[in-house]
Amino acid sequence: MRASPKTIGLATLAVLALIAVLAPWLAGIDPAAIAGEALLPPSGQHWFGTDDLGRDLFSGVVHGSRTSLVVGVVAAALSMSVALLVGGTAAMGGGAIDQVLMRGTEFVQALPRFFLIILIVSLFGSVYSIIILVIGLTTWPSTARVFRAQVQSVLARDFVLAARASGGSNAAILMRHVLPHAAPVLAAQASYTIAGAILAEAGLSFLGLGDPSVLSWGALLGGAQHFVRDAWWMAVFPGIAITLTVLACNLVADAFVRSPQQ
Amino acid sequence: MTATPSNWSWLGRRLLLALPVVAGVTALTFVLIHLAPGDPIYALAGDGGSPAYYADMRARYGLDRPLLAQFATYASLVFSGDLGYSFMFQSPVSRVMLDHLPSTLLLGTTALLIAVVAGVALGVMCAASPGTWFDRAVVVTTSAIYAAPVFWTGQLLMLLLALQLGWLPVAGMTSARETLTGLAYAADVARHLILPALTLALPFTAIVFSVTRASVSGMLREPFIAAAAARGASRWRLVAWHAVPNAAPPIAALIGQHAAELVAGAALTESLFGWPGMGYLVLHASLHRDYPLVTGAFILISAGVVIVNLATDAACAWLDPRARLA
Repeated sequence: MRASPKTIGLATLAVLALIAVLAPWLAGIDPAAIAGEALLPPSGQHWFGTDDLGRDLFSGVVHGSRTSLVVGVVAAALSMSVALLVGGTAAMGGGAIDQVLMRGTEFVQALPRFFLIILIVSLFGSVYSIIILVIGLTTWPSTARVFRAQVQSVLARDFVLAARASGGSNAAILMRHVLPHAAPVLAAQASYTIAGAILAEAGLSFLGLGDPSVLSWGALLGGAQHFVRDAWWMAVFPGIAITLTVLACNLVADAFVRSPQQ
Repeated sequence: MTATPSNWSWLGRRLLLALPVVAGVTALTFVLIHLAPGDPIYALAGDGGSPAYYADMRARYGLDRPLLAQFATYASLVFSGDLGYSFMFQSPVSRVMLDHLPSTLLLGTTALLIAVVAGVALGVMCAASPGTWFDRAVVVTTSAIYAAPVFWTGQLLMLLLALQLGWLPVAGMTSARETLTGLAYAADVARHLILPALTLALPFTAIVFSVTRASVSGMLREPFIAAAAARGASRWRLVAWHAVPNAAPPIAALIGQHAAELVAGAALTESLFGWPGMGYLVLHASLHRDYPLVTGAFILISAGVVIVNLATDAACAWLDPRARLA
């Protein structure tokens, strides 16, 4: 049996999570400490080489996984919570509630997210928690719309009518009937949201707008910008890390979209 | 779609839907500026003044008026095109933005053109022969390209094509040491354009490819294709004449959906290659704390994205009359 893209994606994410958790043991060298000469190419001692200050890049990439995964997971959790609340309320409430919530959703969806983050970061400063908060609070609209449609379609089915007739409350119907039906779609949305959040944080850090006190793959790539000519390794390894992580999230999400009844 | 009165009223209604978005963006920007730490009075009047002096200055600049009245003034200025004065450029924000707009448009439209041509061509080729090694290779490559951050693929392209092979200039929009005019100038800009345009085009090529492949292969399963095949139409004719035109609306809709991402990607690409466009401008403004420029740019870019959404809606309606009912 060949491994499906979903299995490959999930396995990659599991390995990444393991790397993030075990970072201090996997990479014994402090990623912020000067570990050797500057701009050393990859070798047995420094697997990914060293940067312009002589810091070990393997350690940087391993420790940077924590930032990306935390940003991805926390921002996606926030985004999913808002989406479930807004989409669920709109579908169950209907009428004017639905109208108001959907117009609001369209408005947030129309905002150019990346520039909103830049605006907020320049007004309030580059703080890790603010960046996560803004990514989480701007990525929920598509999930909210998908969830609303799911709730509406499930509510129109006969078994929901039967559940209501036998005295099931709205909350019980939501928990017992709607959520299980919507679970694959929500898993796909969560996975896409994690990928988007990781890319957004990387872009921001690459531009030098990330939290300067936090090590991240995007910041490593930003630092590589002036040394691309002399030290290809500075640009190659953090980029592979971001691409692999995002690719794994997308593979998992695509698999959930394609086979929603699995 | 011909310009009949009903079509104009459709477009008018869409335009009316866009206005609340711009108004909302203006309100959001105003609220954010007010929530931001720091009192603007110290920027206007300096430190160490007496309370009476600050009160006088607050009254002079209207900072003592109710927030709603301040917002009314702000909104009326924004809607009349006055977005404030840039510290960095010592010039009105709208003026600075307009000066940088053409380079971004040049980069964005070139990238979009590359993405649509390459994405549609690859998508059609793969849809016509699904499951072949070529199809699989393109699917895997585009998935990887879509996952890679645009600034990283840009770095790799720069490393390969400019630094290693020396075929293309590394950065900028023109050669700094030469003063060229006319055709020579255009050729110089075109040479500088290739790397950033290619970089920005790559992820969008992947998206256009995926949608084209899906919709063309879906079309090829429709009964009317079987009917055309039964009449003796060649496979090539089926794809080019029947399947591709029907796949056009989703591609147009796609460009609208990803307009904001395109601008964000342009900002990252511009910053990477030192391309003097609006994205590059916003980043510099942000790093130099030029607040009027950052806020003005945010409002303008939001309005621009809404306009692009409108334009692609109109294009979809033109390509597919069924969409006009929505």
